[in-house]
Amino acid sequence: MAVKKISKVQPEKFEFNKKNKETADSIIKNYPSGKQQSAVMALLYLAQKQNDNWIPLSAMKYIAKYLDMPYIKVYEVATFYSMYNLTPVGKYFFQVCTTTPCMLRGAYNLVDVCKRKISDEENCLSEDGKTSWLEVECLGACVNAPMLQLNDDYYEDLDPVKLEQIIDKISNDEVPQPGSYRGRLSSEPENTRKTLIGNKNA
Amino acid sequence: MLEDKDRIFQNLYNDFGADLTSAKQRGDWKDTKEICGKGREWIINEIKVSELRGRGGAGFPTGLKWSFAPKEVGSRPHYLVINADESEPGTCKDRDILRFEPHKLIEGCLIASYAVNAHKCYIYIRGEYFNEGQKLQTAIDEAYKDGLLGKNSAGTNWELDIYIHYGAGAYICGEETALLESIEGKKGQPRLKPPFPALIGLYGCPTIINNVETISVVPTILRRGGKWFSSLGRPKNTGSKIYCISGNVNNPCNVEEEMGIPLKELIEKHAGGVIGGWDNLKAVIPGGSSMPLLPKETCETIKMDFDACVENKTGLGTAGIVVINKDQDIIKCMARIARFYKHESCGQCTPCREGSGWMWRMLERMAKGEATRDEVDMLLDVTKQIEGHTICAFGEGSSWPVQGLIRNFKDEIIERNKFDPIVKKQKDIPYLVDQHLLEKENA
Repeated sequence: MAVKKISKVQPEKFEFNKKNKETADSIIKNYPSGKQQSAVMALLYLAQKQNDNWIPLSAMKYIAKYLDMPYIKVYEVATFYSMYNLTPVGKYFFQVCTTTPCMLRGAYNLVDVCKRKISDEENCLSEDGKTSWLEVECLGACVNAPMLQLNDDYYEDLDPVKLEQIIDKISNDEVPQPGSYRGRLSSEPENTRKTLIGNKNA
Repeated sequence: MLEDKDRIFQNLYNDFGADLTSAKQRGDWKDTKEICGKGREWIINEIKVSELRGRGGAGFPTGLKWSFAPKEVGSRPHYLVINADESEPGTCKDRDILRFEPHKLIEGCLIASYAVNAHKCYIYIRGEYFNEGQKLQTAIDEAYKDGLLGKNSAGTNWELDIYIHYGAGAYICGEETALLESIEGKKGQPRLKPPFPALIGLYGCPTIINNVETISVVPTILRRGGKWFSSLGRPKNTGSKIYCISGNVNNPCNVEEEMGIPLKELIEKHAGGVIGGWDNLKAVIPGGSSMPLLPKETCETIKMDFDACVENKTGLGTAGIVVINKDQDIIKCMARIARFYKHESCGQCTPCREGSGWMWRMLERMAKGEATRDEVDMLLDVTKQIEGHTICAFGEGSSWPVQGLIRNFKDEIIERNKFDPIVKKQKDIPYLVDQHLLEKENA
């Protein structure tokens, strides 16, 4: 089990903005009437997006009222799932996959780059306050290892030099192109494709 | 080797684009109305003839699973739930289906919903696959616009609505009952079975849960016939499968191949061989991190299907093949997998919650050579006390890889950990965790 820390500094109030309110209402309609609790995960995610990528306690209370469910149930969900950040993270949040398939292809070299260029510790903001990083478990892109997730996007087939370039760009507020950094468009083998040959360059 | 014309996922490498027009050109959504017109019995029977087994890891026969759904809809509605919570280390096949072949999945959802009497289908996608989910949503919107979903889906007179539910980074939600809990807006902790979801599932209603790949191959099977599918592979292990080959190979890739293809052929031919040559191979994890690893000797001959893997004391699982070569420290690799399980245990059952951390800490010490000789047996004993003592299969999933390591590389662990035990045992019996209970003087 993973241990989650709750931020000591908490904003007093949280409320969905108009657009998120509409989105939330349409998500609730996806579930049968009376089962609005199902929408709690999606609403927590919306709150996280709205609040600079982390969820304050006031947002959990707000969502509990919004969905007519006990606050503790929302708290349970928010602390159970690893993608909900309960403390502030960087505007650019690097999540480096270091599970075995990525580790075999050098994921810990990427971690070293993050330590050097962002911050010594996981979940600590960089000097300019814009980025933070975290080691995470398998992100499900094993044939494009080593890889990391930057906010919503996957950056695949990396090596330390390329990651340094990415971090440099980020510190100038430029978001580099997501995807493979060895020019692959999918999970096909490089150069030596043996299947679906007739389709190539279709 | 499978011929290109027999490959189901023609757009696995996104040569054509994932939109509806090009999906239709590849043959998706062709005659969906006629297929459903043949009736539920025919569909389920054809899937039984094809001997399709679930592609999510357990390999349960799909036709049989569908037949468990009540024949008539009673007071409770039926649900179809698609498991796209792909988080098994070494596996990334569903991601390619979601982003490149979404219409195969959507059409499969329609046919499966029709077969099990469901009007609502939820697709549970892991939260990290945000972009893949967006691509699937685009495809669903296209399908609604084209009349393929909704009140009269694809002219079948069947009403179907598909919704996407995003997860939020919990491996355990790939377990079917934990997934249902998660959709209901709770912590993803597995439920006791029975009752099985086919009778009491989502919101207490009959629910059929299938993996993305299983559902995506259904339309093609029905179009080409169950006999065609069962002609591939060997009995009980039929059809084709997407294999993901990662780790220390020259060209890691996903490839669709016939069931029962030799492991060596997959690695040498499709993945460009082991880094440093075949002789540099140390071990292979054949089916995602939960499955025990195979030593090099077995890798020479083993064929990749469900039963052949079981005969070799492992499992096909999700067919996520992780190749480990001799440049790697095998104990360290397994310690990292143990850390994964320690992190992902949901904490509901004590043997798993405590045991997964125990295994991880012991393996970390063993990798550094700080353990004592007898701790190897103790570690094996810990795995045995987790396995079979938990609500869900996570207990097995976390202990099997450790058992596989000890079975195949015990000498190597002992070689590195030569310390004598701190307390020398009087009796010559294998070490037990609760040995003090057996010794009278301590009891």
